[in-house]
Amino acid sequence: MQKNVTIDINGQPHRQAVEPRLLLVHFLREVAGLTGTHIGCETSLCGACTVLLDGRAVKSCTVLAVQADGRSVTTVEGLAQGDKLHALQEGFWEEHGLQCGFCTPGMLMCSHDLLANHPTPTSADIREAINGNVCRCTGYQNIVNAVKNASRKMAKRVSARAGAR
Amino acid sequence: MARNGKANGKGNAKLAAVWVGKKLKRKEDPRLIQGTSHYTDDLKLPRMLFCAFTRSPMAHAEIRAIRTDAARALPGVVGVFTAHDLTGLGMVPCAIQMPGLNLPPHPVLATERVRYVGEPVAAVVAENLYTARDAAEAIEVDYEPLPVVVNMEKALEKDSPVIHQQFRTNRAFTHALKNGDIQSAFKKADRVVKQRVINQRLAPVAMEPRAVLGEYLPGENRLTVWSATQIPHLLRTQISVMVGLPETAVRVIAPEVGGGFGSKLNVYAEEGLVPWLAMKLGRPIKWAETRRENITSTIHGRDTINDLELALKKDGRILGLRVRILADMGAYHQLLTPLIPQLTALMQAGCYKIPAIDIEIQGVFTNKMSTDAYRGAGRPEATYNIERIMDVAAHELGMDPVELRIKNFPQAKEFPFTTVTGLVYDSAKYQESIKRALRLSGYDSLRRRQKSGWKNGKYYGVGVSTYVEICAIGPSAATPAGGWESGTVRIEPTGKVTVLTGASPHGQGQETTFAQLIADELGIHPEDVNVVHGDTLAVPYGIGTFGSRATAVGGTAAYLATQKLKTKMARLAAHLLGAKPADISFGRGRLSGKGSKKSISFGELVMAAYTARNIPAGFEPGLEATHFFEPSNFTFPFGAHIASVEVDGETGEVKIDKYVAVDDCGNVINPMLVDGQIHGGIAQGMGQAMWEELIYNEEGQIVNGTMMDYALPKAHLLPEFTLDRTVTPTPVNPMGVKGVGEAGTIASTPCVVNAVCDALSVLGVKHIDMPLKPERVWRAMQQAQASAQLEPQPNDTPSSSRAKRGISVSEKAARSKA
Repeated sequence: MQKNVTIDINGQPHRQAVEPRLLLVHFLREVAGLTGTHIGCETSLCGACTVLLDGRAVKSCTVLAVQADGRSVTTVEGLAQGDKLHALQEGFWEEHGLQCGFCTPGMLMCSHDLLANHPTPTSADIREAINGNVCRCTGYQNIVNAVKNASRKMAKRVSARAGAR
Repeated sequence: MARNGKANGKGNAKLAAVWVGKKLKRKEDPRLIQGTSHYTDDLKLPRMLFCAFTRSPMAHAEIRAIRTDAARALPGVVGVFTAHDLTGLGMVPCAIQMPGLNLPPHPVLATERVRYVGEPVAAVVAENLYTARDAAEAIEVDYEPLPVVVNMEKALEKDSPVIHQQFRTNRAFTHALKNGDIQSAFKKADRVVKQRVINQRLAPVAMEPRAVLGEYLPGENRLTVWSATQIPHLLRTQISVMVGLPETAVRVIAPEVGGGFGSKLNVYAEEGLVPWLAMKLGRPIKWAETRRENITSTIHGRDTINDLELALKKDGRILGLRVRILADMGAYHQLLTPLIPQLTALMQAGCYKIPAIDIEIQGVFTNKMSTDAYRGAGRPEATYNIERIMDVAAHELGMDPVELRIKNFPQAKEFPFTTVTGLVYDSAKYQESIKRALRLSGYDSLRRRQKSGWKNGKYYGVGVSTYVEICAIGPSAATPAGGWESGTVRIEPTGKVTVLTGASPHGQGQETTFAQLIADELGIHPEDVNVVHGDTLAVPYGIGTFGSRATAVGGTAAYLATQKLKTKMARLAAHLLGAKPADISFGRGRLSGKGSKKSISFGELVMAAYTARNIPAGFEPGLEATHFFEPSNFTFPFGAHIASVEVDGETGEVKIDKYVAVDDCGNVINPMLVDGQIHGGIAQGMGQAMWEELIYNEEGQIVNGTMMDYALPKAHLLPEFTLDRTVTPTPVNPMGVKGVGEAGTIASTPCVVNAVCDALSVLGVKHIDMPLKPERVWRAMQQAQASAQLEPQPNDTPSSSRAKRGISVSEKAARSKA
């Protein structure tokens, strides 16, 4: 049995007949060819597969593709605007918030959700927010620094835009 | 960066460091933060098939029958394979040779018996991943259960089930390291301190599970294997042996690799089988491990039982150390399994002067997955042993643990220092790192806080660990597969530089640090240096990345290759400028002669080497040089870590309050990356101390084999780390770099346990085995309190008497502190 789904991924519609049991993460990686979203556990425990579903962070290994039908997904590939990196990407780069990089897309998307709802988090807020995302390399300290770095940048940009108005 | 080397090429006047020592952002990161990098499982080839495995659910059983019909009948299944179908495929290799080693055959798929849960029994190849997994589940295996043994001490008993019957024992090997007069040391001792400590089994859990993709092109006779590995060249050699192709027909590529921590420093059954099946079926085949498989069937770390006896004079001087170790091998030897505990023996003296040592190790087979190298590989065990027994001794002698350590350090002037285990420590200032750590942590005020806490029923503790580790592995004579590394530097006609390294980074950032290093040597920008690794067809044979060796050995190889090139460039520049080669100096983007106004740009010179129309007689055109660097010794980074913790008296919960680390890894190329290694290392060591423990029950089942149950360190559990460093260059390589990948892990485990035991010493708690989960800590407190209540204590409540005892110990410690 196959079901037709249409999922908007990073602004592009992807239409495909899929098995009802197909995971969203496999749709992203195998159907849409977007392999930036990683599979670290397939049990929603490591967070490597975190994407935004209608703007909220979800673990795409525990969402079925059919559940995402008609909805919009943002993956790590959709963060940058052309050549312009997202503040979070800059933050992770500047603060050495990644080593092997495997957890990074999930960390970025999870932090994206945090900053969207809580633009100036404390270290403790950040640590709490990313506690469903596992990093084995960094000890998290530079990830916390990276999210703070992004938060500062985004606040500056917001105030610059407000000033310009 | 001060380099104390002698290996500079002639006439290669040093440039001031511009890039080395800088916190340069990583060259690797743009692809990683944009999701455009390619790990093995991201690769997709035309006509590619997917592989899945049926694995044993039994820890020890005879295989009576395997029924594959249902699996074969599923649409989309291309092939089902069991051990009988693998004629011509070799065994899973072990690289360790030692006298008396029992080395069992290790088939790729289980033959007549399974010996651990997760052992592969059958492989399925199908058109898509879901079908492959359905088929793997549809395979039925009849098992006749055999008695299981998971406990090492039971495995050595006479009536234990034997895992490999041909050996008639579960003993895999015995290994002894003895030096000095141990009997007289213990005879002369004022105090003998004994403790059994258990180094629990751990799962490495690299965030990227293992993955293998094989493709065979019969026309070209070329087998290409993409694998998440730390050792592409060693893997190529082993795959060629396993599948029976000449090594020249095999290409291994380690694309982006998502962490290893030793777990990808191996040659696994799947790395032989998947390419072999790709050859048989004539189509590319990919297998990506599930996390469940990763926990059952990727190597584990540690799992040793250590009985320690330390002989001391009453002033704290160490006379001798006796250590008996049982090391769990699991059911088979993987690539380095029996080697790991031997590294423990080598490093067992830690950073102390110990006149006599007596170590005996027994390797033991059990019905579990193999152990092997896991971040630190033998050295965390050694450090944990010595650092725990030092603390137990300090408490028994009523000394401050810092004072006891300092008393037994070799002095800076004694380096190179020969240890009782026969190693020669290159360079160190142990006193300096502990001094800094004491200052940075506010040690005295932590001790005051402890004292006042004890008065108020609060359990605050301070833990110290001073460690030394063995890095930059290493001289070839001391390693199973060569301890050298290769480096090739090629300046392309346009002046861009390609560095080919035999090291195989998987998160460490050598694309950046090597670029910094080579850019400084050539007077160019790191942007113009492209570091290539992990492709055996592109890179000369190399050893790989493990044992904190990539920069110290691989970086040195690239550095020395650059010196060869510079010598050659100086010769050509001298020819073109009419100067002497010895007088040529390298500036930023230019080479000039001594006192001469004439100079030539880097680009012009490079082009001249390629056009070769005006070159000195006998000058070899092109600009490429290779160096295979064989280090004369290991390097021995060191440092001092201090942790303070608060233990909840009601629940046993441990809160890490402060963590201070002062490390010395010699000269530093990129401080940001070095700090990152330390951070991650501390977190991983803390994980062992506090949370991580892979548990097999009596039936040989892993009871916590998911990331839900296996407690990895998460962000909200960890404290902020405060870092500092000292810089003691090594004379072993011309850059003076030592290595930093494992230091944090080695130091932090005993540091945290020492802190918790210190907090509870006031109750009479001497030792608690890891991980320090609340339940375990609580039980230790209850036990200590119960046994204290048995002591006669007239006119005093137990708790106030303990508090008084505690305070007196603490005061003594403060008085005697160095």
